[in-house]
Amino acid sequence: MIEIKNIKKGFGNKTVINDVSAVFKTGKCNLIIGTSGSGKTVLMKCLVGLFEPDSGEIIYDGQSFSDMNEENRKNLRQSIGMLFQGSALFDSMTVEQNVMFPLDMFTKSSYTEKLKRVNEVLDRVNLKDANNKFPAEISGGMKKRVGIARAIVLNPKYLFCDEPNSGLDPQTSLLIDKLIKEITIEYNITTVVNTHDMNSVMEVGDHIMYMYQGVKEWEGSNKEIIFSKNKLLNDFIFASEFLRDAKDMRMLEVRGKIDNNRDMDELMK
Amino acid sequence: MKFFTEFGLYLLTLKGMFSRPENGKMYWKEFMHQCSDIGIGSLGIVAIISVFMGAVSTLQTAYQLVSPLIPVSTIAQIVRDTVILEFSPTLVCIVLAGVVGSKIASELGNMRVSEQIDALEIMGINTKSYLIMPKLMASIFMIPMLVVISMVLSIIGGRLAGTATGILSTAAFDKGLHQYFKPYNVFFALAKSYTFAFIISSIPAFYGYNVQGGALEIGRASTKAVVVSCVLVLFADYLLSALLL
Repeated sequence: MIEIKNIKKGFGNKTVINDVSAVFKTGKCNLIIGTSGSGKTVLMKCLVGLFEPDSGEIIYDGQSFSDMNEENRKNLRQSIGMLFQGSALFDSMTVEQNVMFPLDMFTKSSYTEKLKRVNEVLDRVNLKDANNKFPAEISGGMKKRVGIARAIVLNPKYLFCDEPNSGLDPQTSLLIDKLIKEITIEYNITTVVNTHDMNSVMEVGDHIMYMYQGVKEWEGSNKEIIFSKNKLLNDFIFASEFLRDAKDMRMLEVRGKIDNNRDMDELMK
Repeated sequence: MKFFTEFGLYLLTLKGMFSRPENGKMYWKEFMHQCSDIGIGSLGIVAIISVFMGAVSTLQTAYQLVSPLIPVSTIAQIVRDTVILEFSPTLVCIVLAGVVGSKIASELGNMRVSEQIDALEIMGINTKSYLIMPKLMASIFMIPMLVVISMVLSIIGGRLAGTATGILSTAAFDKGLHQYFKPYNVFFALAKSYTFAFIISSIPAFYGYNVQGGALEIGRASTKAVVVSCVLVLFADYLLSALLL
């Protein structure tokens, strides 16, 4: 579990995150959503220690990250996996070398053991026969999967994903979302996902936090989001007419005003 | 003011490199990789420059020594001292500032922009130590070797040019090479090359590591790194000459 208390972060005179508190539970997909510039990425970078918050506390399973010295932070970071927006794979290394890199750096296992583990995780993310390919030779979706494989190869306790669906088609996005969800449950890890993608919100959002101009505006689950009366959240989630219609339809279904099992072909006539 | 900020940041970057390696074997691997990149990778250009540098030095020295009172072997002596004292350490390092410096700055800049450095940080790796230290150590190890190779090749180039054009015989050139040779000059050249090696690896590493933005900024950082390195090499050249000669 990760707990953040009254996090504040600014750059110069501009406050980017203002007094944000939240709890990200273990075994759940915790989503941070919000418009561009709402402070999601900065918050995530504060969580993983790439930015130092101006004030507030970040607590990883009872251990305050803010109070840790560099050595303890290093140790904690070995239990953190992160998937970056652009995958951040090492260009000069093959897929296999990318995934093996954390094992090379932090374990004393033999090459055979490391290779076995690499193949295990590549298999887990449904990526076979790509071991010897370079990042430049694989598709965006494959890069994301390699990124996930690299993030989970050391059996992390915490997984952070920054915009895992950016630049992907809807089908591949769904696959990545499902993969993140499955891994979260299978490894019982605390997953925090930063996203704009509404499909992700509805598919995997066990716990959703909506940020607006650096402030936590709304919090709840994907079941609750549809019924939220928060105007800012509704404007963000149901930005398109299509989604607004879909929401109205869903509300009518839930209230029993229209038949859930209606024959769409019949209606189209 | 900006100069002091940058200088402070440069010192902090260098200070950040000194920490216990997470895995010595991986650091060694990276060091060897950089040695190959910086040393072997630059050998071709260094060889070409050196041979021509020596050849041109011979021809131009001969052109200027018109007095019949000065023996022709003096040409070789002048070429030897010019090459050892100035041309090989300074000129080669200026060229390497372009070749190695831009490579280091753009490689680190690209890693920064594409979040590869962030990925390493999150894994718990001291990126300053893992990415900059091996480059710095490899430069300090390989560049003096390249300078020594350059000295030898320049003298060979000068000897070839001298005999090919009939300015002086190989015997006269070899005689000149031995005349009044001071081993201290080689020490001075090596002292310069160690200093220049530090400059041409640490400055580009600093600019590359701290890039913010995109491809345009990587290009700018790379250019700035080469320009600043070249100016500092020339400044250090003057300073060392004033102090050590």
